[in-house]
Amino acid sequence: MLCQQCHMREANVHYTQIINGNKVEMYLCSQCAEEKGKLTFSPQLSLGSLLWGFGLGGGADYPGIGQQTVLRCSVCGMSFDDFRRMGKLGCPNCYRVFRENLEPILRRLHGSAEHTGKVPAGLADEIKTSNEIERLKAELAAAVESEQYEKAAELRDRIRELENSGKNGGAE
Amino acid sequence: MMQDNVQPIQDMDIAISSRVRLARNLEAYPFSTRITRAQRAEILEKVKKAIFSDRDPDFSSGFTYYDMNAMKPLDRQLLVEKHLISPEFAEGQNERAAIISRDERVSILVNEEDHLRLQCIYPGMQLTEAWKRCDELDTRLDAKLGFAFDNVSGYLTCCPTNAGTGIRASVMLHLPALSMTGYIKNILETCSKIGVVVRGAYGENSEASGNMFQVSNQVTLGQTEEEIIAGISNITSQISNQERMLRKELYKQNPQRFEDRVFRSLGLLQNARIMSSEESQKLLSDVRLGVIMGLIRHVDLKKINDLMLMIQPAYLQKLAGAELRPDERDVRRAELLRKNLVPGGSL
Repeated sequence: MLCQQCHMREANVHYTQIINGNKVEMYLCSQCAEEKGKLTFSPQLSLGSLLWGFGLGGGADYPGIGQQTVLRCSVCGMSFDDFRRMGKLGCPNCYRVFRENLEPILRRLHGSAEHTGKVPAGLADEIKTSNEIERLKAELAAAVESEQYEKAAELRDRIRELENSGKNGGAE
Repeated sequence: MMQDNVQPIQDMDIAISSRVRLARNLEAYPFSTRITRAQRAEILEKVKKAIFSDRDPDFSSGFTYYDMNAMKPLDRQLLVEKHLISPEFAEGQNERAAIISRDERVSILVNEEDHLRLQCIYPGMQLTEAWKRCDELDTRLDAKLGFAFDNVSGYLTCCPTNAGTGIRASVMLHLPALSMTGYIKNILETCSKIGVVVRGAYGENSEASGNMFQVSNQVTLGQTEEEIIAGISNITSQISNQERMLRKELYKQNPQRFEDRVFRSLGLLQNARIMSSEESQKLLSDVRLGVIMGLIRHVDLKKINDLMLMIQPAYLQKLAGAELRPDERDVRRAELLRKNLVPGGSL
């Protein structure tokens, strides 16, 4: 069946309007229905609200509920509440601002919240170094815990070395 | 038209095409949810410059620019049918463009849900090749455009379902035997449990749409691109093996019935005067099976694959050089099929 508005495209929306108690029914294509401004095609359930159903996305700690503070991205102005409704983020910075609340969502979606894939060419060395520092710090904590002080000192020196190499652009 | 390939391509009996797409955004701009028209225009200019002003003339001259706004709906639809742009992208908003390589294997969509969607599509089972080309293009463009990236979350995308690698690897498979016997249902269920999506390539009724299925990854974060590609390749090859076994088994069980189905479909395609898109997809699926099983010898696989593309509405109208009503298209389609499937090409 063709759209009763444009008579060109296939109708795929059953459109009912009630004006002063009179029911008007039409079959429209999605483009005409949208153009008429009568329907908005945002899906009824956004990703955000679906995940909310799992008790994810910050849950009871979510600062927007029952509290005055609203978590908001300073770059694009999107609030976490906006994300919850749309299921989409506003800008790259949102990932940093909402990191804690996003983490359980990413985990639910992907089974992980940490990227292990491709790294932009320029960043590769930087990231390798920072990952290595993280790893050594954990080792250091374990060494201190088990009172292996000699090993801890070695690790501490190695961490310092790496941290400094990052600052001086790797040159000694 | 698809490229002629000199080297034999793997698994052409089942795999129609392999596709890899990467979602990327420029660090300096808000995502599509918060972007202004002026910013969209800026992004478009930057991407255009990054490609067409590249120092390497082999690279820059290899692409064609398609302004979605300036294109006729029919031409946009043709790009959709060739799987070079998404149907949503073809809806044609302002400041949208597709930059497509001359061999029609690479397409760069500007201002989709993400600022950039880099896509490579190769015939047959060639996911690794498609990924390699996407990867190179990504590295090249990143150096000029600066893609949003974070140590923890990886490449940052508008929707968190794409974050991390931003990769979607998919293979289109022709699965008539699995579909006919209903075994496909088990496969769909099993795959969904391991984060792999299998869906009818053209809507719900898979039988009517030529038994084409698309297998793709859902998870984009926490695995490397290579792991994701390997996973999809592995699942695809397992499904393909089952399909092959089942094809042989079906033939063995009742050769007459098998051949009857194949040749009935061929007969209809060789003789019908009116042919809908749905019906021809269904019949071509049977004929494709007949060609692979060696039952039909006067047509080759490439011709069948080309026909599957050519019978689509926009392609058909492009070939005719005119806009056609649906009933006119059905007549043209029947003509085209007869011309290509009757031995000697006569009507």
